[in-house]
Formats: sequence, structure tokens, C-alpha cells
Amino acid sequence: MSGAQKIAVTVTAVVPLNDLVTRFEFRRTGGGLLPTFSGGAHTVVEMRDGDTPRMNPYSLMSDPMDQTSYAISVRRDDVGRGGSLFMHNNVAVGDEMVISNPVNLFSLDLRAKKQLFIAGGIGITPFLAQIKQMERLGGRWELHYTCRSEALGSYVDELTTQHPNEANVYYDDQDQRIDLKALLDGQPIGTHIYVCGPKGMIDWVRNTAAAEGWPREGIHYEEFLAPQSGKPFEVKLAISNKVIQVGEQESLLEAMERSGVDAPYLCRGGACGQCETRVIDYTGNFIHRDHWLDDAEHASGEKIMPCVSRFEGKTLVLDR
Amino acid sequence: MTLQFNDETFRDDYSFHNSDRALKRFPFPFHEDSYMYSVNMEQHQGGPADSIYEKRFDVDEHYVSEMRDRAMVLADDPLRCQSLPHMTLAGWDLLELIMVSKSEDYPDLFELHRDGDQWRWVNKPMGIDDSFTFLDEATLPYGPMEYITRQTQGDFCVLDQRDDNLWMDAGTITTQADWSLDFDLGMNFFEWHAPVPMAHEKGIFVRALKFLLNIQQGAPARRLNWTLTVNPLLDTSPENYHKWGIQKTSMTPETVGAKQHLRVELQTFFRLPRSNALVFPIRCYLCSFQDLTKTPKWARRLHRVIRDLPDELATYKGFIDNRPMMLDYLSQFDDGLPTSLGIWPDLDTEPALQKRLI
Repeated sequence: MSGAQKIAVTVTAVVPLNDLVTRFEFRRTGGGLLPTFSGGAHTVVEMRDGDTPRMNPYSLMSDPMDQTSYAISVRRDDVGRGGSLFMHNNVAVGDEMVISNPVNLFSLDLRAKKQLFIAGGIGITPFLAQIKQMERLGGRWELHYTCRSEALGSYVDELTTQHPNEANVYYDDQDQRIDLKALLDGQPIGTHIYVCGPKGMIDWVRNTAAAEGWPREGIHYEEFLAPQSGKPFEVKLAISNKVIQVGEQESLLEAMERSGVDAPYLCRGGACGQCETRVIDYTGNFIHRDHWLDDAEHASGEKIMPCVSRFEGKTLVLDR
Repeated sequence: MTLQFNDETFRDDYSFHNSDRALKRFPFPFHEDSYMYSVNMEQHQGGPADSIYEKRFDVDEHYVSEMRDRAMVLADDPLRCQSLPHMTLAGWDLLELIMVSKSEDYPDLFELHRDGDQWRWVNKPMGIDDSFTFLDEATLPYGPMEYITRQTQGDFCVLDQRDDNLWMDAGTITTQADWSLDFDLGMNFFEWHAPVPMAHEKGIFVRALKFLLNIQQGAPARRLNWTLTVNPLLDTSPENYHKWGIQKTSMTPETVGAKQHLRVELQTFFRLPRSNALVFPIRCYLCSFQDLTKTPKWARRLHRVIRDLPDELATYKGFIDNRPMMLDYLSQFDDGLPTSLGIWPDLDTEPALQKRLI
């Protein structure tokens, strides 16, 4: 089950922002409203790259209250598996695409007295929607946003013009750094922290906050993993009664879908748990990469998250 | 309007009754001749014509009278409807979901006119025609959740989702099977389910929570649950146990068929888009044993399920003391013939009861 009904959309704008990031805007094909969503939600964009189907999650960055159009921003990844390159090189205004209903794995805790947003690079996108939501609801927020350089500072002008008191921008190439300890120290009780960016930044914020005594429930982060390539392997799917080959450049989940097996998923990035699959038998080693299963489950050999995890060995039989 | 609304009561003289149409579409909850807990979830995307599954929010002949009963419960005890401050946005989500669904699914009964934030809502069965500003509480007579749940059958738990758990942070609960919103408010999924016997050991709540956390926008889910209630009471709350609990001792072999009701809950689950909260409507359907036994398959199966239910569950559901009397009544219908699988009545294919009715 791949979940809710998909949404057919038409690309209405392709806006290059800088050398790396391009914004894509969608409206519902044939007219009509899109679902509302909550700030922090993502949509899974389906691409037809020749014979290769691709499905990448992207944060919705448009106003959650605006049902006429959605916007995402895609950072080009020249060494990735090709989804972002396809978006940049092949998607044009007027193209029809299919996207998923919004799914939010990074939602605001609405009990918070204040929302403290910490973004690195393209990690700004979920915050753009959350900021619009907070503005509409009249909530208190503050943004600290690090970019490599002014040239690569996506949406910096818009943020600093509209929110001069809330938006703080730091440029790596000018050696500007967030003084995180001081920042956390100055927050009122009841503040929640949200961090989205590179793994190193997420770890830095989580570890610093934990060391400063912040409650675990007050720290929220979103890190989508892109599936990584690896050695090809063979899998037997017991329920479907199929033996499939997982190629070097595709994930186990993608290989199942390519073979016509309707496997569940939501985030396709190792975070949500929806694609969790029971292992019936194996001889070999798992390469677990997800955030969902705990260490004991990883060690047990009983479960695998096919969206990001792989296998090396002789036999793998899955309950799918 | 094609739907005729009953003028009936769920208290005092208990004039509640099911028409033939209501009996035919009653959600009999047992898909086989025995019962044990299971997660038993399925997608809530319509169902057979005129079944209770067909619409997102089923409106039936009891609608107007149920809403009158809810208003009486709330007048006596305002704490049956509560919403913690951070749940107001979820209340608007719920109002939007119900207004859009009902106006699309029952255009002859409900109308929604939207011009930006300016909304007009027409509820013909209840004689309501209100204009208000969406997301502006001051323009409604109640908070958004209370406003819309005073006009929608079933209880509503509005659950906040955070820290990989669900939290009972808002709701309107007036037709409940012996649990209290005021008591459970603010609890998480495991806390409020703590009293349920046997299911924890089976790992059911861990699996159910995982499923619920992943309910997506555009993909609502549903399941049935059940218990038994003496007299067609909607409000079987702990707060009023002193009023209804004693009625369980009032049944006699002569009155058990008319007084003993099967109480079935259609539980649905919708992701609320603006708040990312989850709403859990619990819709209660009541049917007397004497009406249920008019359907041969249900007569046979009800006897077998009640007879074979583990004592822990019969105790938890509050009918272990009356079980012998119920079984005396139900056994007169059970001729021992096999039953077809599934919950549907199968009136055309299941044989008539072979036992003579006493």
C-alpha cells in the first residue's frame, strides 16, 4: 500500500534561485484546490526518468493556508543518484507530474511558548512554511540560518526584509557562526528547537542542547537520508513469490516497486517507519542506515527498512 | 429530504428505536463466531451503498435526537467538552473536515459557502444558518470543535501528535462506553488504554499506535469496536454511573430482549491537515437483542460470541453478571447451523432459523 491517493499536478513555475537551488511551483492539473497542510510537511515527487521511476521527498515551502499552489525548492546534487539532477535538467513549466498528499514528520509543537528555528543551507525549506504558519497564528518565533555564501543564500532577502527582527543569517565564507550556547541560554522556558540541515549540524544542535539540559521532547529535527548506492544483491519476496535483483543505483524499496510489488512507504528517507519489513531468513550482513529501528533491532536480523538499507550476502528472504 | 429523523429519547422513557432500514444497515461487529481483540483496521474510503461506511460522517435517522441528547449532557456537565489551548487549530481543522464532508456527501441536508475566510454554514435538519470568519473564534457561538461536534453524531477525540505518541488533548465525549474525557485529558495513548485487559500482552497497542501515527492526509482509516448496554443509553459515562449502572440489575428474562442492546462503535481516524493532529470520531450505534435476532446469521453468531467470550472481557465490558440471562435468551435462536464469514447479514443466502421462537 503506498498510502493515500496521489495528486496530479502541473508545473507552473521553475525559478532558479542560485547556482544550486531551483524552486518549482505546482497547481492541481485541471484546476481545483490542493489539500492544506501543516508547516514542516513534505511531498513525495514522482519522476519518470526514462525507464527509471524516481520518488524524492521535498519539504513544502509555500504558505500552508494557500490551497491554490505548492512550492518546493530542490538543491542540485551532482553526485547523488539523479533525482535532483532530473528536476533541474528535465522539468519545465507545463509538465504534468504526480505528487503525494502532504506528510508531516517535522511538525510544530503547538504548545511551545516560542519556536526557535535553526537551518543550514537547503534545510531552510520546511521553516519557510512554518514561518508562514506562525505568522498566521500569531505565534512567537526566531530563525537562525547558516548559508555557505551570500550567493548561495536562498530566500535570505525575503526573510530579512519581511522579518528583520526574527531572521538571523550567517555566512560560512565570512566566518560567521551561530553562538549556539549563548543562543540557547537566552531562550524563555517553553521554547522548542527545530533543526534542519546537514547531519553534522543536527548532531551539534542536539548534543549542545542536551548538554545544556534541554528536555529531549523540546528538540525536533528532520534529516532525510537519500538512499545510497551499493553492491547489487538478490532478494526473495515470500508473499509475492518473486526473486528480485537490487541494482547498484537503486534502493531495495525501488527494486520492489519496479517488480510490481506494492510496498508501503511514507518518507522514503529512513525516518517514518512505514516501510518496515520483516526478515524471514538471511545469510550475510545488513547495511542498516535508517533512523527508525533501534540498535537492538538492527542487530537482531529480524527487520529491515528497504527505503535506505541494503544487504550484502548470499540469501535474503523478506515477508513482503 | 429523503431521510426521516426520529423523534426519540435515550433516557427516561427510552423511546429510541431502529427502523427496518436502520436494522439492515446496523454495523454488526463480529466477522466470525468468536471474538478476540485485533487491530482490525481498514481504509475508510467509502463502502456499500447505504451502509454506515458509505459516507465520511454517517448521518442517520437518529441525528436530530442524538444532538438534542448531547445538548442536555453538555448543559448538565460542561466538562464533557474540553480543548487544551494548543488544540484550537485542530478544532478548526475538524470543523473544516466535517463541513466540507457533510456538504459534499449530503448536499440536500448541509451547505457550505466559502468566500476566502468568510464562511456560511447551513444545517437544515437542525435549523442552523450561521456566517462566520474561519480561524476567528469570536465569530462562532462556541469554540470550533464544540460548535461542529454539537452538530455531528458520535464522540470526538482530538489527539495531538508529538514525541512519537498521541495525546488526548481535546474532545467532545457524551456518548461514551464508560470512560471520561475529564479524567483522560492530557494522557497519552498508553496511559488512557491502561485499563484494557489482555490487549497489552498481545502487543496490540504498540502496533495500533504505530499505525495511527502514520495515518496520512487523504487516507483515513476505520475499525469497529463493541460493548453491551442495558437500555438505549448514549451517555454511559463514569460521571453518571450512579444513574445508569443500577439499570443493569433491572433486566428480567422477560425484558432482556428489549432492554439489552449491542453497542457498536464505528471508530474512524483522520489526519487533520493544518495542525497535524489526529481526530478519532467514535460513532455509537445501538440495537436491541430482539431486533438483532431478526437476522438469522446475527442471531446464531451473537449467541456464540457472548457464550464463548473470555471472562476477563465480559467483566471489562461490564456484563458478566447478566451473561447467563442473555445466554438463556439468545440460545433459543441458535440452531447450531454454520454461519457465513464476514459481518454482512447475507439475508438472501443464510437459512432461516430452524428453532421455533418461544
